[in-house]
Amino acid sequence: MSLLSVKNLCLAIGTLEILRNISFNLGKGEVFGVVGESGSGKSMTALALMGLTPGFAITSGRAELDGTDLINLSEGEMCALRGNQIAMIFQEPMTALNPVQTIGDQVAETLIIHKRANRREARKIAREKLNRVGLPAEQFPLDRYPHELSGGQRQRVSIALAIALRPKLLIADEPTTALDVTTQAQILDLLKSLVAEEGMALMLITHDLAVVAGIADQVAVMQNGEIVEVGPTAQIFRQMRHPYTRQLFAASGHVPARDPQTEDAPLLTVTDAVRTYAMPRSGLFSRPPPFPAVNGVSFTLNKGENLGLVGESGCGKSTLTRAILGLEPLQGGQISLLGQPVGPKMPNSLRSAVQVVFQDPYGSFNPRWKVARLVAEPFHLQPNVPADWHQQVADALVSVGMVERDMDKYIHEFSGGQRQRIAIARALILRPELIVLDEAVSALDVSIRAQILDLLADLSDRLDLSYLFISHDLGVVRAITDRVLVMKDGKIVESGPTGQVFTNPQHAYTQQLIAATPRLPDA
Amino acid sequence: MNLPRSLIIGGFLFAVFLLAAILSFVWTPYDVEVLNIAAKLRPPGATHWFGTDHFGRDIFSMIMVGARTSIAVAIVAVGIGIGLGVPLGLWAAANHRSWLDEVIMRGNDLVFAFPSLVIAILITAVFGPSAINAIIAIGIFNIPVFARISRGGALSIWTLDYILSARVVGKGTLRISAEHILPNIANLLIVQGTIQFSLGILAEAALSYVGLGAQPPTPSWGRMLADSQTMISFAPHLALFPGFAILLTVLGLNLMGDGLRDILDPKIRRLRQ
Repeated sequence: MSLLSVKNLCLAIGTLEILRNISFNLGKGEVFGVVGESGSGKSMTALALMGLTPGFAITSGRAELDGTDLINLSEGEMCALRGNQIAMIFQEPMTALNPVQTIGDQVAETLIIHKRANRREARKIAREKLNRVGLPAEQFPLDRYPHELSGGQRQRVSIALAIALRPKLLIADEPTTALDVTTQAQILDLLKSLVAEEGMALMLITHDLAVVAGIADQVAVMQNGEIVEVGPTAQIFRQMRHPYTRQLFAASGHVPARDPQTEDAPLLTVTDAVRTYAMPRSGLFSRPPPFPAVNGVSFTLNKGENLGLVGESGCGKSTLTRAILGLEPLQGGQISLLGQPVGPKMPNSLRSAVQVVFQDPYGSFNPRWKVARLVAEPFHLQPNVPADWHQQVADALVSVGMVERDMDKYIHEFSGGQRQRIAIARALILRPELIVLDEAVSALDVSIRAQILDLLADLSDRLDLSYLFISHDLGVVRAITDRVLVMKDGKIVESGPTGQVFTNPQHAYTQQLIAATPRLPDA
Repeated sequence: MNLPRSLIIGGFLFAVFLLAAILSFVWTPYDVEVLNIAAKLRPPGATHWFGTDHFGRDIFSMIMVGARTSIAVAIVAVGIGIGLGVPLGLWAAANHRSWLDEVIMRGNDLVFAFPSLVIAILITAVFGPSAINAIIAIGIFNIPVFARISRGGALSIWTLDYILSARVVGKGTLRISAEHILPNIANLLIVQGTIQFSLGILAEAALSYVGLGAQPPTPSWGRMLADSQTMISFAPHLALFPGFAILLTVLGLNLMGDGLRDILDPKIRRLRQ
């Protein structure tokens, strides 16, 4: 008998249908993967099961957990169930925990609220649960605060909190999206073993097909509020009956067609770059110890080349990016672009040669400016704004697949993918030699990401551009770069032609990274 | 657009007093500088809508001219606060974590540390009571308020990617502050501006009440209250009308600030939807 049985679950806000006829069954000890792009309704399904939908949403259909219909429960009855029978883990480990409470108190709190234990027992159980999720007492006493932990460790605390009452159903909404690949692999392993040992069911919501492929027993593919395909994982990936599933699969492993033409002329040279930050002072009169964020990095980027820079968070790639953009000084070594030194005092003519596209399509634009002004901003680097700037902006927009009319709109009228196109147009407007793409496709849905990668490949062929492609996503780097650098703790640990590094990694860290990356089954 | 009710009510209340103040430049029912002892202490009626005071001056006309004094003092005081406080706050934010930031903000703390009204009384007592000195005294205490608000708002915007990309195209801190930061903290400033405006009116009334604001014969609400004090048992209308004028203007401004915050603050706007 299945533990959770959902039949014809519908959810509407006003006349807008958010979910239509969601039906699936989930058994004890099973992992149920829900995949889809943003807006497909995957998180809404989870919230509907938890009774956490906005008050004005109308829910209908049935969702039985062990014989109790979740849809028609009162808020009070639902409260008793939440945490107790159903628990949830969220995406953002940085905000999912209360920063002013110790981790022990937070885990113990659920036990006390549901009257399962008094304070002393609750703390004892909290200790056991934290041990269970891989946070042993020696390093992680109960009185640690969330800010003293890393992202992965915080996500472990969230999991401990969720499993404290041994719920029957655990819902994890993008639990590893904000984490590095190696941490992601560990968290997925932990979830898998919890399901096996504690006999609960796991509903894993993610945008990443590869994550689901590795862990789920069953998969549901969602699009526009509907489940378009559901079935055992192996079968779904083998058959892919629905065109949308095929489309998602193709987009996830998309490799844009490229015609790399690398000249043997160095465009950007980084020699022994060192950038240190001052650490907090240890005593009143002691000098703050320096922390080397970038520690002796050297590489060359040739004209026309797409160079990848891979590393996990905190490895120093952002610091290096800022130095290459000439925003921050180096404490040692040198960066030169077109033979001229790069730094905060570099001339505007040299600045025009390097532009940047950032990760977050929402934070990259001043919300109070129109697109024309946003795209034209780099003209500031030229002594005079060209008379035909309007036409140049229009051309740049057209070259990234937008239309001229878009110039008079504000940025909030565009989707994430469109914004990223506009960001690329802004980077192109001065015809730079080099574009730094700082996680430029990481925040996008797979199908949009595939389109942007195609656009980037096309632009680099057409305009003879070079890219420095910075990312934590190995798949994307593999798809678009000629050569790759692997960075760890401020140092480059491995470099070489992309294909070679990925198929035959030499350094232990590169091997570890590649092993941790979830892989799609071969179609 | 669906305007919040507080904005409509507050806007209406404030508009009434603003119109009265503007109208007082060209027309008042009676001249407020002409004494008419024969008609003193008349209760409200057809000839004198709000009655007359102990010199026979028309209260309604005095309320109109008093609105002019209050609003003028508050506007200039808030103007001083915004004009000096916002640049200071933006400057501090642009130099975050440097000694300059520390100097500016600790200077602000210093001003904050003094009880504002007491210092305003000191200033007007030293430099002589007048509307100008009241404006300066109230204005000085508006500076740290706006400096803090703009620094706080600016700091969160400085971390965004579009600031970084403005730096990549070589824009300096001054230009970034003016082009990118200021328009994006304008909502905060408008809301705080209305609140400070109402506080300015209260402060002006308080200073006039102790005789340190606008000097006779210029009518002001605070002094009208002070003058009525001894006659409150037999002529309560002398105190009621200026009292209500202060109450309703401040209430109107506070409601307006509340309503503006609802419209302008994206976080609250999302909650309302």
